[in-house]
Amino acid sequence: MRFMVMVKENDESEAGVLPDAQIFEEMNRFNEEMVKAGVMLAGEGLHPSSKGARIRFDGDTRTVIDGPFAETKELIAGFWLIQVKSREEAIEWVKRAPFGGGVELEIRQVFETEDFGDALSPEVRESETRLRAQVEAQQRQGQ
Amino acid sequence: MTAEDTHRAIDAVWRMESARLIAGIARIVRDVGLAEDLAQDALVAALEQWPGSGIPRNPGAWLMATAKHRAIDLVRRNVRLEQRRDALGRAFAERQDLTAADIEAIENHVGEHDVGDDLLRLIFTACHPVLRPEARVALTLRLLGGLTTAEIARAFLVPEPTVAQRMVRAKRTLAEAGVPYEVPDRGELGARLASVLEVIYLVFNEGYAATSGDDWMRPALCEDALRLGRILAELMPGEPEVHGLVALMEIQASRIRARTGPSGEPILLLDQNRARWDHLLIGRGLAALARAEALGGAHGPYALQAALAACHARARTPEDTDWERIVALYDALAAVAPSPVVALNRAVAVGMAFGPAAGLEAVDALAGERSLRSYHLLPGVRGDLLAKLGRFEDARAEFERAASMTGNAREREVLLARARAGGAA
Repeated sequence: MRFMVMVKENDESEAGVLPDAQIFEEMNRFNEEMVKAGVMLAGEGLHPSSKGARIRFDGDTRTVIDGPFAETKELIAGFWLIQVKSREEAIEWVKRAPFGGGVELEIRQVFETEDFGDALSPEVRESETRLRAQVEAQQRQGQ
Repeated sequence: MTAEDTHRAIDAVWRMESARLIAGIARIVRDVGLAEDLAQDALVAALEQWPGSGIPRNPGAWLMATAKHRAIDLVRRNVRLEQRRDALGRAFAERQDLTAADIEAIENHVGEHDVGDDLLRLIFTACHPVLRPEARVALTLRLLGGLTTAEIARAFLVPEPTVAQRMVRAKRTLAEAGVPYEVPDRGELGARLASVLEVIYLVFNEGYAATSGDDWMRPALCEDALRLGRILAELMPGEPEVHGLVALMEIQASRIRARTGPSGEPILLLDQNRARWDHLLIGRGLAALARAEALGGAHGPYALQAALAACHARARTPEDTDWERIVALYDALAAVAPSPVVALNRAVAVGMAFGPAAGLEAVDALAGERSLRSYHLLPGVRGDLLAKLGRFEDARAEFERAASMTGNAREREVLLARARAGGAA
């Protein structure tokens, strides 16, 4: 499964303030951890919305609106694409990201080949069964 | 969080931490089977406590500490037993090798030493050549991939007890063979690494061979193999063939979405819709290949196979394919890893690069190859080239021959159809 992890903007990133050296280092280490674990597919930072643009569609009309855009908290400052086995694994990884207060990250699953079918439900069901079986087996052994 | 949610989260944590946990414990107790048992004990403790206390901030450290306490308990018990059985001497078995000195070692064993080194020891042990390939695969997927026995069984279409038995026997073989729990030294490294790469690629191919109708655990094997390959590439960044294998897997995986048609029928590479190729994976594959080449490993077998895959990946359309380069790569591959299949693929490439007459000449040079005698693809290739040369009767005969040699019903039908069409595609 793939997930996109989106780092939401805060006032500083929108103002173009680069994170200080320590945060950079922690971020690098976190990136490295994901690379070493084989789960990192891609990851990039985005320039503030002042450098960006929006294109609005209305029938045949295209309207271009230059940044900056107002709703800071809904803008994206950066993203990762990660490859994991479950939504829970994506969450556990993101929990380990070195962010401080007031920052929000959002994860969204990437659409993949239909061949895999509805991967979520059978997997979730199986995790449950598997864990229960493991606990039972261990408890029996422990006696 | 419901208990169900917590269990799923613990499942995820286990997948993220189990390999390191087992590797770290194995470094202390020097026995893979024992390490796995202790790790499982820690998991059970987590399943019992975390629903109530919440998942700890550093789950890996919690699991490690728990496993170490169990290891110490075990050693203490063995030490007491040993003292009681003094007169009989010690029985030789790994578990009873632990002594009071080991308790001290465990207690003094603190945190951030070389986790990478631990993982390498575990990988090399799980893939030890003394074990049969299916045993290596099972052990690797269990200890490093975090898969359960049931999942491995489903992925490889074998009964679960068979997999369980394989692992029991594998651990016993390792103990009996006295396999030292170490990273192999320089002299052995080549052969031992080849064994590891073989296991990873075996897993990948099992996943790649899966069809859309299969249990979803099977195609997921490609992801498992890719993950293991990427991890190994970070643990051994100086080894070009590791990057070569990763490159090969990334590029092959990039085609997964384009390989099958709407009714599950296979689509040949030259007929695939290239818009459905995953260009993120192609990019990663090309980058990995560049790493292999920068390390001077351009002529390793995996790097060469990756370079071949890269030739196709770089072509925007089939017509853009650099067939001459492909021929050259097959020449290089034939020099380091010769096989009749490589020779046949080369002949196909020769046909594409220099025309069907040249291709036919290359194929006919293989006529004497014993190992190709019952390989149905050879007459198929011959038929294709004959058809391109306008020799339709000869082409038809070859396709009929090929059809009679294949055991696969769908393939037979495709070949017979070509025979009926007088060899035309």
